[in-house]
This record gives sequence, structure tokens and C-alpha cells, in this order.
Amino acid sequence: MCSTVASDRAEQPEPFLEHGFPPLLGRDNSYGSITDRVDSLVLTQKTRWWWWTGLLTGLLLVGLLLLTMGILLFVGVGVWGIMIPVAWGYAITSFVWWIGIGHAGTLISAILFLLKQHWRTSINRFAEAMTIFAVVQAGLYPIFHLGRPWFFYWLIPYPATMGVWPQFRSPLIWDFFAVSTYFTVSLIFWYLGMIPDLASIRDRATSRLKQVIYGMLAVGWRGSARHWQRYEQTYYLFAALATPLVVSVHSVVSSDFAIAIVPGWHETIFPPYFVAGALFSGFAMVLTIAIPLRVAYQLQDFVTDRHLDIMARFTLATGLAVDYSYLVEHFMGWYSGNQFEQFLLSDRAFGPYGIFYWLVLACNVGVTQLLWFKRIRTAPLLLFVVSILINVGMWTERFMIVVGSLAHDYLPAAWGIFTPTVWDWAFLLGTMGLFASLMFLFVRLLPVIPAFEMRRLFRELWLGRRG
Amino acid sequence: MAIVERAVQAEAMLEPARLHGLLAEFDTAEELVRATRRARSVGYRHMDAYSPFPVEGLSDALDFHSRALPLICLFGGLAGLLTAIGMQYGIHVVLLPLNVGGRPLDSWPSFIPVMFELTVLFAALSMLVGLLVLNGLPQPYHPVFNVAAFARASRDRFFLCIEASDPSFDPAATRRLLEELAAREVRDVLE
Repeated sequence: MCSTVASDRAEQPEPFLEHGFPPLLGRDNSYGSITDRVDSLVLTQKTRWWWWTGLLTGLLLVGLLLLTMGILLFVGVGVWGIMIPVAWGYAITSFVWWIGIGHAGTLISAILFLLKQHWRTSINRFAEAMTIFAVVQAGLYPIFHLGRPWFFYWLIPYPATMGVWPQFRSPLIWDFFAVSTYFTVSLIFWYLGMIPDLASIRDRATSRLKQVIYGMLAVGWRGSARHWQRYEQTYYLFAALATPLVVSVHSVVSSDFAIAIVPGWHETIFPPYFVAGALFSGFAMVLTIAIPLRVAYQLQDFVTDRHLDIMARFTLATGLAVDYSYLVEHFMGWYSGNQFEQFLLSDRAFGPYGIFYWLVLACNVGVTQLLWFKRIRTAPLLLFVVSILINVGMWTERFMIVVGSLAHDYLPAAWGIFTPTVWDWAFLLGTMGLFASLMFLFVRLLPVIPAFEMRRLFRELWLGRRG
Repeated sequence: MAIVERAVQAEAMLEPARLHGLLAEFDTAEELVRATRRARSVGYRHMDAYSPFPVEGLSDALDFHSRALPLICLFGGLAGLLTAIGMQYGIHVVLLPLNVGGRPLDSWPSFIPVMFELTVLFAALSMLVGLLVLNGLPQPYHPVFNVAAFARASRDRFFLCIEASDPSFDPAATRRLLEELAAREVRDVLE
């Protein structure tokens, strides 16, 4: 429908080249073309073989996850490699890793929205989806790690006949509140943002079933100016609420460690260190998803090379904050003069888990520095590899903190070495499969790009151009 | 086509006063804002504008300024904060006073994280409910959807609907006004 904004496009010779930067939105777009592109992803495009392959692989791993859960429930948490002193093992390592990944989505959708960063528009929807799906995985770990998961509701304060209540001085109960609040708020934020796009899909749907399903999801949205006014207010307030929330979640998670007296955990730098690590791994995961996604659905028009460049810069910036935290950790260990802290540092590098220490340094300090080079930031394939390595590095970092510190604390008599079992790996792979399955279903069934925000961006860029 | 028209006419004869309003279609956001402002200055009040994305100045043109949601957010947040304070003090001071390492029962600094979380949670939930209720959603039926062309309100067209309930509504005069305002087309909206 080229004629629809013909009047706009007639006076639009070089659209969207701001300050000589590559464009945020491909040329040859109009309100209609943006809408049709996003709606067609859901409504008319053929389901390709790679989508089925991806989804089925994911579901197979979900099967593995269910099997592991069944065995774990039947036998007990002993099927994992955890023991005393390393009682946290893979479960808490992976919990921290997943919840960290879940940070970039809300950062992109809330903080960058408040800072009026136009480039966030096209990537915010799937980054938010990634957040929600990652938090789902994160939530599984502590619950199945409880030993008797069917009593997890004891975390909820309710007048039990036993007369006991949760202990609000414990960071573990803060964690429960922080993660469940984060999940709920992210889910509402994501859904609210989707309502106008669901309405658009409803209006374009041709089959009765789709009209009914998307119609119900769109709650009768009709784009009334009065509704938009309230909608925008709400969206803004949600962004303002979500901003401190992002920072709070990983700060609370870090308190799980920092409040205990184990060397390697008991550090005041933990909250900002964990938040930086969370954003670092989250941005890496956004890149890991964005790069294949834009190729698969030919979305290079919306998720442009410039988006990848900016996200790589963010990854670099947060990565440097993480590297700085490593530096402070080492300095404070030495400066404290505490023999246990000093032992911890040498044990990390040269102890039984030494290899992980060097892997962390190689990935999170070494590989990250590649992002200084424009040639890497603008080469999607290299960037994809870098983002995977960062994800590996961040998982290893959490392993180093969780397992390494517990294995060798104060008394050598109480030391112990953790070795993962096959069910540790099965659970980790299973959550990856569940995450992948949810992402595959999301990109097929829901609007991946926020079309109404793209239409507004189109107008703003065009007005600014003419300005 | 002819059958449909005849059916519509027959229906109109049965119940003549079933016009919801007149729906004017525009190409650009600027034209819609201009038309809305004009219609308002001429004296129309019962009308609504529809656009595929939020348009700056459109709710001003309708003279619509809702300030309810920031207040709902504030009071929702306060309710959450008070709930968290009451819950934690109630549990640790009244219901289950436990001495943990000699700390005072009302050790408020360790209550802060949950206070913050419940503030945000309650504010978010009340805003969601507030937004839906104030906007009258979910709403399964609305007359504007009877116009087939209205499907493009979620794509690339801009609409202004002057409703028949407006005291100064007159089918012929209102239509003339909308046509003067560079409307691409003006259609009847049936209830």
C-alpha cells in the first residue's frame, strides 16, 4: 500500500540518516509496510523446516527436563552432585545465570525508554520475551533445589496451622519476593506493550479462529485517542517502576551470598558487581538471539547493523564494569590482610577449580576486549561467537563463585570437591530446551517487533528529517 | 452487494434511529489533529479520534486530560508499602517473635527489600487494573468495528468519529463539516 503515505514519501529523499549514522529503520518503509511486515510474520508466512527443527529439539530437551524432575522428585536432590560443603552446586549457579540473562530485556524496555533511546524500539519486544522466559528457567532451580519442592509455598506468608512464618531477615525470602515481583511486573509490561499490536493482528486475521484468539488477547483495543493518552501514561510509569526493579533483583540475589560469611561471598561490592554481570550476560544473550532471528525472518530492515553495533557497545561497557569488579575483588582480598581471603584468591587461580578461573578471565576479560573493534561489532557472525563465549564465561563465573567458595572455606577438614552428575547436566540442558521452545513459539505466534512503536518511530524520524 | 444494501435499508426502516455516528477517514496524523480541533471548536463534544499509534496533541485536541493513573500508581504503591510494613512487623514482633542473634525484633533495615518489592508489585497491578477499567476494556463489541475500513485504524489510517449522541449532531451538516476537513471518506457508523 504505497499510496497510503504517498504525501509523506514524496518529500522524503534520504530517510533516516541521522548525523551520518547508518539508519535505524530501512528505507522504503511506510506505516502500512511496517504493519504488514510484522503482522505477516504471525499470520501469513509459511512455517519453515528450521522452525520445526528448532522447536522439536527444544521440546525433546523439555522431555529430558521432565524426566530429570521426575527422578529428582522420586529419589531426592542427591541425584545431583551436591553434598556438604557444596550444597548449592549447579542449581544456584544456573539460577544466578538465568536471572542475570533476564535483566537486559527490562533494561532495554524501561531504562532506555526513559532515556529516549530510539534504537531500543525494534528490539525491545523480543528482549522482554527473553527476560520472561529466562526468569521462568531461573525460578525452576531454587524450587527444585528445596529438597521437598512440594512445600515451596511455605515461602508465602500465610497463617499456617503450624504457627510458623517466613523469616524476613533472610535474603532467601527477599529473593522469593524480588524474583516473583520481577516476573509479574515484566510479564504485565510485556503484555501491555503488545495489546495494540495484537489488535493489529486481529484486524488483519482472515480465519475465524485467529480473529477470536487475537481478538480476546487484544481486549477490544481500537486505538482511541483517550485510550492512547492513558496507555502512554501507564507505559511511562511502568518504565519508571521497572527501572529500580531491574537494579534491585540482582542486588537481592547477590545478598544471598554477600550476607553469608564464606570467603569469596562476603563482599560489599557484590550488589553492583552482580548487576553489571547480569546486564553483561543479558546483552550478550540479546545478541545471541537477535543475530539469527533477523536473518531467519529477514528483519535486517528493523534490527539493523546499527542496532548490533550499539548492543555490542553496551556489552563492552557492562563487561568493563564486570572486569573492574574482578579487579576490586582481587585488590580487597589482598588489602584485607585476611589469610582466608588471600588463600581464596590463590585457590581460585591454582586450586582444583583453577581452570574455570582462567576460562572466566579469557571470556569475560579477554574476549570482551574484541568489542573495542568496529570490525568485530559490524560482523554479525563474529559478534554471535563473541556473545556465546560471554554467556559461557558468565556461567563459569557464577560456578567459580558458588562452588569454588563453598568447596574450600575455613577448615580444611570440612573441605569437599563437587563433581556434577549426569542429572546436573540434564537439568541445565533441559532448561535451555524450555527456553528455546518458548522463544520459538513466541516468534511464531506473537508480534516480535512492536509495530505501533515502529510506526511512531517512522513518523518521528520523518518529522525530524523534514524538521 | 445489492442484497447487503437492501438488508441494511430494511433494517434501517425497522429501527430508524440506529446511527452511532459519522466516521471520517484521514491519511495523516496532522489532518486528524487539525480536524479534531476544528470539530471541537465548532462545538462537537461527543467524539473520539482513532490512530494506529499515539499521536502527540490528539488528546489535547479532544480536550481530554486524564490524571487518574499517576494517582492510582501512587496509592497502589503506598498500599503495597503499608502491606509490607504491616506484614513484617506483624510477623516478627507480634505473631512469631524470634530472637535471631540478639537483633531487635523490629530490625527494620532487613525489612526494606520486601517493602520495596511489594510497593512496586502493588503499584504495577493497580495500574494494570486501573488502565483496563478506565478504558472500559476488555470490550468485546464497539460500533466502529462495523465499518470494514476501520480495520486500517490499526495499520495506517486515522479516523475521527462524531457521535450521534452529540447535541449538535446533524447527519447532513456534520457530514459536510467532515468533508470540508479533507476527510478521505465519511461513512455512517451503525449501532
